[in-house]
Amino acid sequence: MFTIQTKEMLTPAVCRMSVYAPRVAAAALPGQFLIVRTDEKGERIPLTISDADPLAGTVVIVTQKIGASSARIVAMEVGESFADVVGPLGNASEFVDFTEEEFRKSSFVFIAGGVGAAPVYPQARYLHERGAHVEVIIGARNKDLLIYVKEMEAVCDKVHICTDDGSLGFHGVGTALLEKLVAEGAVFSRAVAIGPMIMMKFATLCCKKLGLPVTVSLNTLMVDGTGMCGACRVTVDGKTRFACMDGPEFDGYLVDFDEALIRLGQYKAQEAEALKND
Amino acid sequence: MISPRTKVREQDPRQRACNFDEVSLGFNLEEARTEASRCLHCKNPRCVAACPVGLDIPGFISKVKEGDIVAAAEVIARDSSLPAVCGRVCPQETQCEGSCVLGIKGESVAIGNLERFVADYSRENGCAPGAECQKLDNPCKVAVVGSGPAGLACAADLAKWGYDVTVFEALHALGGVLAYGIPEFRLPKDKVLAPEIENLRKLGVKFECDCIIGRTLSIDQLLDREGFKAVFVGSGAGLPKFMGIPGENLNGVFSANEFLTRNNLMKAWRSDYATPIFVGRKVCVVGGGNVAMDAARTALRLGAEVHIVYRRSEAELPARREEVHHAKEEGIVFDTLCNPCEILGDERSWVRALRCLRMELGEPDQSGRRSPVAIPGSEFEIEADTVIMALGTSPNPLIVNTTAGLEATRRGGISADSDGRTTRPGVFAGGDAVTGAATVILAMGAGRKAAAAIRDYLQDK
Repeated sequence: MFTIQTKEMLTPAVCRMSVYAPRVAAAALPGQFLIVRTDEKGERIPLTISDADPLAGTVVIVTQKIGASSARIVAMEVGESFADVVGPLGNASEFVDFTEEEFRKSSFVFIAGGVGAAPVYPQARYLHERGAHVEVIIGARNKDLLIYVKEMEAVCDKVHICTDDGSLGFHGVGTALLEKLVAEGAVFSRAVAIGPMIMMKFATLCCKKLGLPVTVSLNTLMVDGTGMCGACRVTVDGKTRFACMDGPEFDGYLVDFDEALIRLGQYKAQEAEALKND
Repeated sequence: MISPRTKVREQDPRQRACNFDEVSLGFNLEEARTEASRCLHCKNPRCVAACPVGLDIPGFISKVKEGDIVAAAEVIARDSSLPAVCGRVCPQETQCEGSCVLGIKGESVAIGNLERFVADYSRENGCAPGAECQKLDNPCKVAVVGSGPAGLACAADLAKWGYDVTVFEALHALGGVLAYGIPEFRLPKDKVLAPEIENLRKLGVKFECDCIIGRTLSIDQLLDREGFKAVFVGSGAGLPKFMGIPGENLNGVFSANEFLTRNNLMKAWRSDYATPIFVGRKVCVVGGGNVAMDAARTALRLGAEVHIVYRRSEAELPARREEVHHAKEEGIVFDTLCNPCEILGDERSWVRALRCLRMELGEPDQSGRRSPVAIPGSEFEIEADTVIMALGTSPNPLIVNTTAGLEATRRGGISADSDGRTTRPGVFAGGDAVTGAATVILAMGAGRKAAAAIRDYLQDK
């Protein structure tokens, strides 16, 4: 069970794996995530689902080496198995309930930062297949860290590239590129920003300025992922919400990003310690 | 003349405050037989009537008195599939022991410790009873959602009656609250819990972990696609409550569920497990129930100074007396008549203090307990770097929201009658998922009642 079928490094720190998890593969919808545990002593790590093949029984996950536990995932090889893969968790994106007409009428712009491109992929494809207009901004620090460019080109109307150092595409961050696109006349009915929390905060500010509704997908701390622990709580519209039960996607305008950013750092000291000891 | 109640040996409080080994050491054979000899064997045993699973208490105690522990274990096995668990975590003082005739004038029989002794002794000596299963020609498949006390009790009875039972568990470990909630020092996981679950496997019960009903599979899929003829939902209590006071999302504020899950399920107390836990130097646990005691005593063992902050007086603490007693022995400070109104943070947004109001007791409320009333102008601060909220839970809406025809109660739990029948034929429910947070044994009782209702339902079909 939960055996790794394929693995490739997308960048030196980011790997893509397909993992045998037939029940998750059969149920997964865009916007949902899963939790893995590498071994008996491992943490429960939430990861986004970037593809699912119900026939083959596999799900595709993309992991970036950040801490000790994610490094352990990236070090796993084809043929090895996770102790656990559980999901799909969280709610599907709101648009899965769209009518045919709503799909045809909508024009989405995705802003994908870093590994955020991976969960954007199934959403863009889902919308595009159903007749929505979809453009995707993929951003990274430099051209070597860009992921999912080719894949995305196949499932949306237009891919825009931006890099912080200008090594490829637009020289600057995703929000600046979005502003430029809108200034040049692009019209979108909704933006979706997925990436690091800080990037989603600024994407939301930018969308507010443009008067564009924005959905964000919150990557909070989490333990069980089933609503039991409350580690993932975030303030949305002044109320405490659980990212695992009420999210992970929220209206960006309503999210208290500053609090969410602080909460993300809660175990920084322990994480640094764990990395040192590894 | 009845001899005094046999004292159970315990780890020294100073020693146990620094380890996660079990607090109570339990009876040995001699102590158990001495205690068993105190039982009067009442004609109409009130203890049995007070037991949610109707255990034949005088029956097993008389076997202990004779020294025939194997026979005692067999008597227990007829009604309980988790005796080593129940002997440890049941609130006996309000159930069997609370009804014991001896308790009217003196001290009741130590029924819990005797049950625990029988279970431990028979397990350790390899003579635990292998319950017999009926053979059905074409056993129906029954799904059980959740491997906590309700689900396990339901699964055990159904398996004994010959049904083909699969238990679906959302987490990676079996046991529900017994695994993630109750700490090692009250209920050892590998030594006690795992073997009791293994006994169910021997009865033919199948287990599937990592499967969240309502997400991975729906109840409708279980019934329509996976071939199950009935489903029992014992999915547990749900989402942790917070107070809704300022500062609750500061770093260093945790729900008791999170704190206990990190420690018990993820084994953060062991350095060889990867999950981190933050304890700090001084911990305030808000609440007065068993979960609050568990969180407080866990934090203490992780090295913190611990205060219980409770808005009523000590007499109203909902936790078991024994837990309060143990907590005090270990050095936990009880700040009663004290209600938090704000959590204060430092410049890094970490907890630095808990601001509280002093309370006094007013008129009795709906629960019959005198309700606490804030004393105006009594605000004060308790310095703390961790605050753990142990305020109970609200129902998890997942299964109700994803199952057609399944109605919820006004409070959001699954609506079910006293035998566990829900508003959807073929779907049964019991335990905390129906009642809200209660006890292990009440959940087991509900699981057993539902098992009987499921049998009736399948036989009529």
